Amino acid sequence: MIEERFDAIVVGAGMAGNAAALTMAKRGMKVLQLERGEYSGSKNVQGAILYADMLEKLIPDFREEAPLERHLVEQRFWMLDDKSHVGLHYRSDDFNEEKPNRYTIIRAQFDKWFSSKVKEAGATVLCETTVTELAQDAYGKVIGVKTDRRDGEIHADVVVLAEGVNGLLGTRAGLRERPKPENVALAVKEMHFLPRETIEARFNLKGDEGAVIEAVGTISRGMTGMGFIYSNKECISLGIGCLVADFQKTGETPYGLLERFKQHPSVAPLIEGSEVKEYAAHLIPEGGYNAIPQLCGDGWVVVGDAAQLNNAVHREGSNLAMTSGRIAAEAIFQVKSRRDPMTKENLALYKKMLEDSFVIKDLKKYKDMPALLHNQSQNFFLTYPQLVSKAMQNFVRVDGTPKKEKESSTLRSFVNARSWTGLFGDAFRFARAWR
Amino acid sequence: MTTEVAVRVEDKLFYNRYLVDAGRAHIKVRPHTTPTPQLLSLLKACPARCYELNDKGQVEITADGCVECGTCRVIGEASGDIEWSYPRGGYGVLFKFG
Repeated sequence: MIEERFDAIVVGAGMAGNAAALTMAKRGMKVLQLERGEYSGSKNVQGAILYADMLEKLIPDFREEAPLERHLVEQRFWMLDDKSHVGLHYRSDDFNEEKPNRYTIIRAQFDKWFSSKVKEAGATVLCETTVTELAQDAYGKVIGVKTDRRDGEIHADVVVLAEGVNGLLGTRAGLRERPKPENVALAVKEMHFLPRETIEARFNLKGDEGAVIEAVGTISRGMTGMGFIYSNKECISLGIGCLVADFQKTGETPYGLLERFKQHPSVAPLIEGSEVKEYAAHLIPEGGYNAIPQLCGDGWVVVGDAAQLNNAVHREGSNLAMTSGRIAAEAIFQVKSRRDPMTKENLALYKKMLEDSFVIKDLKKYKDMPALLHNQSQNFFLTYPQLVSKAMQNFVRVDGTPKKEKESSTLRSFVNARSWTGLFGDAFRFARAWR
Repeated sequence: MTTEVAVRVEDKLFYNRYLVDAGRAHIKVRPHTTPTPQLLSLLKACPARCYELNDKGQVEITADGCVECGTCRVIGEASGDIEWSYPRGGYGVLFKFG
């Protein structure tokens, strides 16, 4: 056992872990952070979009030195059938502001920088160390961790579990369940490299402006899922994700979906001639509010993806991770400042503070959405995109058919596919889940 | 609609960097004679195609190209079909971009 004792051990160096370790170290706590990768970032996978507000709360002047790719000026939502896309695009020069709101980032590079800030703040960061188990006393209180290093048991007053969506420790210790196949999506992603000017021309961008596309429709073959295309400076992150339960049910392959998405006529020209330099896969928590496990106990708290904190509707995860990490650290610091023990009752302050933040409020708002989209995936991801595409084609194609006939044919196609009850029911259920 | 795209996953994995911990596979398949539905679904769900059928019809894993996503754990750990651990510190996939 390592004799040195820490105020807190943080397991994991992703967004949540780095936010927690930074916040506690800045307040003078003795922090040890453990990461299994060769550096912070080498095991971390995300789209990725960074939300400035949540990082500003941790590192106000991050824009001066963080490795950022492009600030986003344009968001495109696409609904695809096999040959077309119907799009809702929002682009605004307002986003060319002094302190932009959203950026694309490359996680391996960003996390390495984030970790350098954690070290500067005084935390001890130990990489290439896999935590194998939580150390618990006879009463089940978490007193530290066991690692794969020799004499690898290390003790601390509190352990922050920032171990990611596929975190093993909490499950092994019986603190939370393993994610269920219907509550996580598997996303696969490729990094497509192209000259900077080519990316800017294809996405209609100037300088460091960026655009993102998010696409639903027949690309997920009736499964609950989404494709994404994010512009970085010299590469494009392109991927697609669907619920694991749907992959199991349909026998579709993730790489098969990815190839089909890349070959879609609306997508292929964007990446034409690119050089792929990486293929990654990652799970995304999709269960929302109802899938959040117990957030704290005697000697431990859980943050970020490990706590399933992800807003699937708005595709926000890293900001919830950062915020939960920061709030957990602030709660721990308050408990420590009062010289109270790190019991479940005292650490419940973290849960309360999180409930008062946007993190739990947003997840609560959409608590019925995951189940709705999963149960109705054929309708929302296959039938409607096909109908909408047909309706648009009918609307814009000029072929001598009187407009009135065109409209009734469009209406008929909707009613035939879903019936009046179905249409109103879907609209009602969707509105209720959105509310 | 059902046109299949030929994909060579091994070509995709070739882009990636790995440090393989020889002789210490971090995922193990429980020995079996007939695979469960969970195990069979891994043949297609695993994004790195680590799972293959052998000539006896059993599911085998070669975890060298594993991208450590955890999909097979979510599908097959609860039933005891597989045992899942993270590779030792520093080993496994080494993402350049992530």
